Amino acid sequence: MNATATDTHEQHDSHAHGLSDATAIKIALILGVMTALEVSTYFVDFGAFFMPVLLVLMVVKFLTVVSYFMHLKFEHQMFKLLFYTGLGLALFVYFVALATFKFFS
Amino acid sequence: MAMWLFLGSECLLFGGLISTYMLYRGRITQGPRPSQIFDIPFTSVSSFVLLMSSLTMVLAVTSAQRKDNVRTKLWLTITALLGATFVGGQVYEFTAFYNEGLGFTTNLFSSSFYTLTGFHGVHVTVGVIMLLSLRGIISKDKDTGDRPEVVELIGLYWHFVDIVWIIIFTLVYLIPA
Repeated sequence: MNATATDTHEQHDSHAHGLSDATAIKIALILGVMTALEVSTYFVDFGAFFMPVLLVLMVVKFLTVVSYFMHLKFEHQMFKLLFYTGLGLALFVYFVALATFKFFS
Repeated sequence: MAMWLFLGSECLLFGGLISTYMLYRGRITQGPRPSQIFDIPFTSVSSFVLLMSSLTMVLAVTSAQRKDNVRTKLWLTITALLGATFVGGQVYEFTAFYNEGLGFTTNLFSSSFYTLTGFHGVHVTVGVIMLLSLRGIISKDKDTGDRPEVVELIGLYWHFVDIVWIIIFTLVYLIPA
Protein backbone atom coordinates (compact mmCIF):
# COMPACT_ATOMS: atom_id res chain seq x y z
CA MET A 1 0.00 0.00 0.00
CA ASN A 2 1.50 3.36 -0.92
CA ALA A 3 1.65 6.39 1.37
CA THR A 4 -1.31 8.15 -0.25
CA ALA A 5 -3.51 5.10 0.09
CA THR A 6 -2.47 4.72 3.73
CA ASP A 7 -3.25 8.38 4.45
CA THR A 8 -6.67 8.01 2.84
CA HIS A 9 -7.36 4.89 4.89
CA GLU A 10 -6.32 6.65 8.11
CA GLN A 11 -8.50 9.64 7.31
CA HIS A 12 -11.43 7.32 6.67
CA ASP A 13 -10.82 5.53 10.01
CA SER A 14 -10.59 8.86 11.82
CA HIS A 15 -14.01 9.89 10.51
CA ALA A 16 -15.49 6.47 11.24
CA HIS A 17 -14.31 6.70 14.90
CA GLY A 18 -15.97 10.05 15.52
CA LEU A 19 -19.49 9.85 16.90
CA SER A 20 -21.63 12.81 15.97
CA ASP A 21 -22.66 14.96 18.94
CA ALA A 22 -26.32 14.10 18.37
CA THR A 23 -25.61 10.34 18.39
CA ALA A 24 -23.50 10.70 21.54
CA ILE A 25 -26.33 12.56 23.29
CA LYS A 26 -28.84 9.87 22.23
CA ILE A 27 -26.57 7.12 23.58
CA ALA A 28 -26.10 9.05 26.84
CA LEU A 29 -29.89 9.39 27.19
CA ILE A 30 -30.31 5.63 26.68
CA LEU A 31 -27.61 5.01 29.32
CA GLY A 32 -29.42 7.42 31.66
CA VAL A 33 -32.71 5.55 31.20
CA MET A 34 -30.96 2.23 31.88
CA THR A 35 -29.45 3.71 35.07
CA ALA A 36 -32.91 4.88 36.15
CA LEU A 37 -34.22 1.34 35.54
CA GLU A 38 -31.37 -0.06 37.64
CA VAL A 39 -32.13 2.33 40.49
CA SER A 40 -35.84 1.48 40.29
CA THR A 41 -35.00 -2.09 41.42
CA TYR A 42 -34.16 -0.56 44.80
CA PHE A 43 -37.66 0.89 45.16
CA VAL A 44 -39.79 -1.64 43.25
CA ASP A 45 -39.90 -5.37 43.93
CA PHE A 46 -38.84 -7.18 40.74
CA GLY A 47 -39.11 -10.61 42.42
CA ALA A 48 -37.14 -13.32 40.61
CA PHE A 49 -36.17 -10.85 37.87
CA PHE A 50 -34.25 -8.62 40.30
CA MET A 51 -30.80 -10.15 39.76
CA PRO A 52 -31.08 -10.93 36.00
CA VAL A 53 -32.38 -7.42 35.24
CA LEU A 54 -29.49 -5.78 37.12
CA LEU A 55 -26.83 -8.02 35.58
CA VAL A 56 -28.17 -7.62 32.03
CA LEU A 57 -28.39 -3.83 32.40
CA MET A 58 -24.84 -3.73 33.80
CA VAL A 59 -23.45 -5.72 30.86
CA VAL A 60 -25.42 -3.70 28.25
CA LYS A 61 -24.26 -0.38 29.76
CA PHE A 62 -20.66 -1.62 29.93
CA LEU A 63 -20.65 -2.77 26.29
CA THR A 64 -22.41 0.41 25.09
CA VAL A 65 -19.77 2.68 26.65
CA VAL A 66 -16.90 0.47 25.43
CA SER A 67 -18.30 0.09 21.90
CA TYR A 68 -19.44 3.66 21.21
CA PHE A 69 -17.89 6.13 23.68
CA MET A 70 -14.54 4.28 23.62
CA HIS A 71 -15.28 3.46 19.94
CA LEU A 72 -13.79 -0.03 20.30
CA LYS A 73 -16.47 -1.26 17.88
CA PHE A 74 -14.73 0.70 15.12
CA GLU A 75 -11.13 0.05 16.21
CA HIS A 76 -8.47 -2.26 14.82
CA GLN A 77 -8.73 -5.94 15.81
CA MET A 78 -5.46 -5.66 17.76
CA PHE A 79 -6.96 -3.06 20.13
CA LYS A 80 -10.03 -5.24 20.66
CA LEU A 81 -7.76 -8.20 21.38
CA LEU A 82 -5.71 -6.24 23.94
CA PHE A 83 -8.74 -4.95 25.83
CA TYR A 84 -10.88 -8.09 25.73
CA THR A 85 -7.89 -10.28 26.69
CA GLY A 86 -7.48 -8.18 29.84
CA LEU A 87 -11.20 -8.35 30.49
CA GLY A 88 -11.31 -12.11 29.83
CA LEU A 89 -8.34 -12.72 32.16
CA ALA A 90 -10.02 -10.55 34.82
CA LEU A 91 -13.20 -12.64 34.56
CA PHE A 92 -11.13 -15.85 34.70
CA VAL A 93 -9.28 -14.65 37.82
CA TYR A 94 -12.63 -13.61 39.30
CA PHE A 95 -14.26 -17.03 38.85
CA VAL A 96 -11.14 -18.97 39.92
CA ALA A 97 -10.82 -16.86 43.07
CA LEU A 98 -14.51 -17.30 43.91
CA ALA A 99 -14.37 -21.06 43.19
CA THR A 100 -11.18 -21.47 45.28
CA PHE A 101 -12.89 -19.96 48.29
CA LYS A 102 -16.01 -22.10 47.68
CA PHE A 103 -18.13 -19.02 46.93
CA PHE A 104 -20.51 -21.03 44.74
CA SER A 105 -21.12 -23.88 47.21
CA MET B 1 -1.91 0.56 21.39
CA ALA B 2 -0.16 1.33 24.69
CA MET B 3 -3.36 2.85 26.10
CA TRP B 4 -5.43 -0.24 25.21
CA LEU B 5 -2.74 -2.47 26.76
CA PHE B 6 -2.80 -0.29 29.88
CA LEU B 7 -6.61 -0.47 30.07
CA GLY B 8 -6.45 -4.26 29.62
CA SER B 9 -4.07 -4.46 32.60
CA GLU B 10 -6.37 -2.15 34.58
CA CYS B 11 -9.17 -4.69 33.97
CA LEU B 12 -7.02 -7.22 35.83
CA LEU B 13 -6.41 -4.82 38.73
CA PHE B 14 -10.10 -4.07 39.20
CA GLY B 15 -11.00 -7.73 38.51
CA GLY B 16 -8.86 -8.68 41.51
CA LEU B 17 -10.35 -5.96 43.71
CA ILE B 18 -13.93 -6.84 42.74
CA SER B 19 -13.24 -10.56 43.34
CA THR B 20 -11.89 -9.76 46.80
CA TYR B 21 -14.93 -7.64 47.59
CA MET B 22 -17.32 -10.39 46.42
CA LEU B 23 -15.55 -12.89 48.68
CA TYR B 24 -15.64 -10.67 51.75
CA ARG B 25 -18.91 -8.81 51.26
CA GLY B 26 -20.76 -11.12 53.65
CA ARG B 27 -18.06 -11.11 56.37
CA ILE B 28 -19.71 -8.61 58.67
CA THR B 29 -18.85 -9.65 62.22
CA GLN B 30 -19.29 -6.20 63.73
CA GLY B 31 -20.32 -2.69 62.72
CA PRO B 32 -23.29 -1.61 60.61
CA ARG B 33 -24.58 -3.66 57.66
CA PRO B 34 -24.43 -2.12 54.15
CA SER B 35 -28.24 -1.98 53.99
CA GLN B 36 -28.20 0.22 57.11
CA ILE B 37 -25.75 2.79 55.81
CA PHE B 38 -25.90 2.78 51.99
CA ASP B 39 -27.76 5.81 50.64
CA ILE B 40 -28.83 4.48 47.24
CA PRO B 41 -30.55 7.69 46.00
CA PHE B 42 -27.38 9.69 46.77
CA THR B 43 -25.06 7.15 45.11
CA SER B 44 -27.45 6.95 42.12
CA VAL B 45 -27.07 10.69 41.55
CA SER B 46 -23.26 10.32 41.79
CA SER B 47 -23.40 7.48 39.25
CA PHE B 48 -25.52 9.58 36.91
CA VAL B 49 -23.04 12.47 37.22
CA LEU B 50 -20.12 10.17 36.28
CA LEU B 51 -22.11 8.68 33.40
CA MET B 52 -22.88 12.14 32.02
CA SER B 53 -19.19 13.07 32.32
CA SER B 54 -18.56 10.37 29.70
CA LEU B 55 -20.89 12.26 27.36
CA THR B 56 -19.09 15.57 27.98
CA MET B 57 -15.78 13.76 27.33
CA VAL B 58 -17.09 12.53 23.97
CA LEU B 59 -18.13 16.12 23.17
CA ALA B 60 -14.58 17.27 24.07
CA VAL B 61 -13.13 14.66 21.69
CA THR B 62 -15.44 15.63 18.81
CA SER B 63 -14.64 19.33 19.41
CA ALA B 64 -10.91 18.53 19.30
CA GLN B 65 -11.42 16.61 16.04
CA ARG B 66 -13.13 19.74 14.62
CA LYS B 67 -10.13 21.77 15.91
CA ASP B 68 -12.51 23.90 17.97
CA ASN B 69 -10.23 24.80 20.89
CA VAL B 70 -12.80 26.90 22.75
CA ARG B 71 -15.36 24.08 22.94
CA THR B 72 -12.67 21.48 23.63
CA LYS B 73 -11.53 23.46 26.68
CA LEU B 74 -15.15 24.03 27.75
CA TRP B 75 -16.09 20.33 27.61
CA LEU B 76 -12.83 19.28 29.29
CA THR B 77 -13.56 21.71 32.13
CA ILE B 78 -17.15 20.45 32.50
CA THR B 79 -15.92 16.83 32.48
CA ALA B 80 -13.36 17.65 35.18
CA LEU B 81 -16.03 19.42 37.26
CA LEU B 82 -18.40 16.43 36.98
CA GLY B 83 -15.53 14.12 37.96
CA ALA B 84 -14.68 16.34 40.94
CA THR B 85 -18.36 16.31 41.96
CA PHE B 86 -18.29 12.50 41.91
CA VAL B 87 -15.11 12.40 44.04
CA GLY B 88 -16.63 14.97 46.44
CA GLY B 89 -19.68 12.73 46.77
CA GLN B 90 -17.46 9.76 47.53
CA VAL B 91 -15.57 11.70 50.22
CA TYR B 92 -18.91 12.74 51.77
CA GLU B 93 -20.13 9.12 51.62
CA PHE B 94 -16.95 7.74 53.23
CA THR B 95 -17.17 10.34 56.00
CA ALA B 96 -20.82 9.46 56.67
CA PHE B 97 -20.01 5.73 56.78
CA TYR B 98 -17.10 6.32 59.15
CA ASN B 99 -19.26 8.40 61.46
CA GLU B 100 -21.81 5.58 61.51
CA GLY B 101 -19.16 3.15 62.71
CA LEU B 102 -17.81 1.61 59.49
CA GLY B 103 -14.04 2.12 59.63
CA PHE B 104 -11.46 0.60 57.30
CA THR B 105 -10.61 -2.17 59.81
CA THR B 106 -14.10 -2.70 61.25
CA ASN B 107 -14.57 -5.98 59.35
CA LEU B 108 -13.55 -7.72 56.11
CA PHE B 109 -16.49 -6.19 54.26
CA SER B 110 -15.44 -2.64 55.15
CA SER B 111 -11.78 -3.26 54.25
CA SER B 112 -12.64 -4.67 50.82
CA PHE B 113 -15.33 -2.03 50.23
CA TYR B 114 -13.06 0.93 51.01
CA THR B 115 -10.17 -0.60 49.03
CA LEU B 116 -12.29 -1.18 45.92
CA THR B 117 -14.19 2.11 45.91
CA GLY B 118 -11.13 4.03 47.16
CA PHE B 119 -8.99 2.72 44.29
CA HIS B 120 -11.70 3.77 41.88
CA GLY B 121 -11.88 7.22 43.50
CA VAL B 122 -8.10 7.62 43.10
CA HIS B 123 -8.46 6.74 39.41
CA VAL B 124 -11.17 9.39 38.98
CA THR B 125 -8.98 11.94 40.81
CA VAL B 126 -6.03 11.14 38.51
CA GLY B 127 -8.42 11.55 35.56
CA VAL B 128 -9.53 14.98 36.80
CA ILE B 129 -5.87 16.04 37.14
CA MET B 130 -5.16 14.82 33.59
CA LEU B 131 -8.20 16.69 32.21
CA LEU B 132 -7.23 19.95 33.91
CA SER B 133 -3.59 19.55 32.84
CA LEU B 134 -4.68 18.95 29.24
CA ARG B 135 -6.90 22.02 29.41
CA GLY B 136 -3.92 24.07 30.60
CA ILE B 137 -1.69 22.67 27.86
CA ILE B 138 -4.28 23.55 25.19
CA SER B 139 -4.70 27.05 26.67
CA LYS B 140 -0.98 27.70 26.44
CA ASP B 141 -0.78 25.97 23.06
CA LYS B 142 2.12 23.87 24.39
CA ASP B 143 1.13 20.50 22.97
CA THR B 144 3.50 19.16 20.37
CA GLY B 145 1.66 16.02 19.24
CA ASP B 146 -1.61 15.34 17.49
CA ARG B 147 -4.06 17.24 19.73
CA PRO B 148 -7.26 15.28 18.88
CA GLU B 149 -5.40 12.05 19.56
CA VAL B 150 -4.18 13.28 22.97
CA VAL B 151 -7.74 14.29 23.93
CA GLU B 152 -8.99 10.92 22.69
CA LEU B 153 -6.41 8.97 24.75
CA ILE B 154 -7.35 10.78 27.95
CA GLY B 155 -10.98 10.20 26.95
CA LEU B 156 -10.32 6.45 26.80
CA TYR B 157 -8.97 6.52 30.36
CA TRP B 158 -11.98 8.57 31.49
CA HIS B 159 -14.51 6.19 29.89
CA PHE B 160 -12.66 3.31 31.52
CA VAL B 161 -13.20 4.71 35.03
CA ASP B 162 -16.87 5.11 34.05
CA ILE B 163 -17.27 1.45 32.99
CA VAL B 164 -15.57 0.29 36.20
CA TRP B 165 -18.11 2.31 38.18
CA ILE B 166 -20.97 0.76 36.16
CA ILE B 167 -19.86 -2.62 37.56
CA ILE B 168 -19.18 -1.36 41.10
CA PHE B 169 -22.53 0.43 41.32
CA THR B 170 -24.43 -2.76 40.45
CA LEU B 171 -22.38 -5.34 42.36
CA VAL B 172 -21.60 -3.27 45.46
CA TYR B 173 -24.57 -0.97 45.93
CA LEU B 174 -27.62 -2.41 44.15
CA ILE B 175 -27.15 -6.13 44.84
CA PRO B 176 -27.36 -6.47 48.62
CA ALA B 177 -24.73 -8.49 50.52
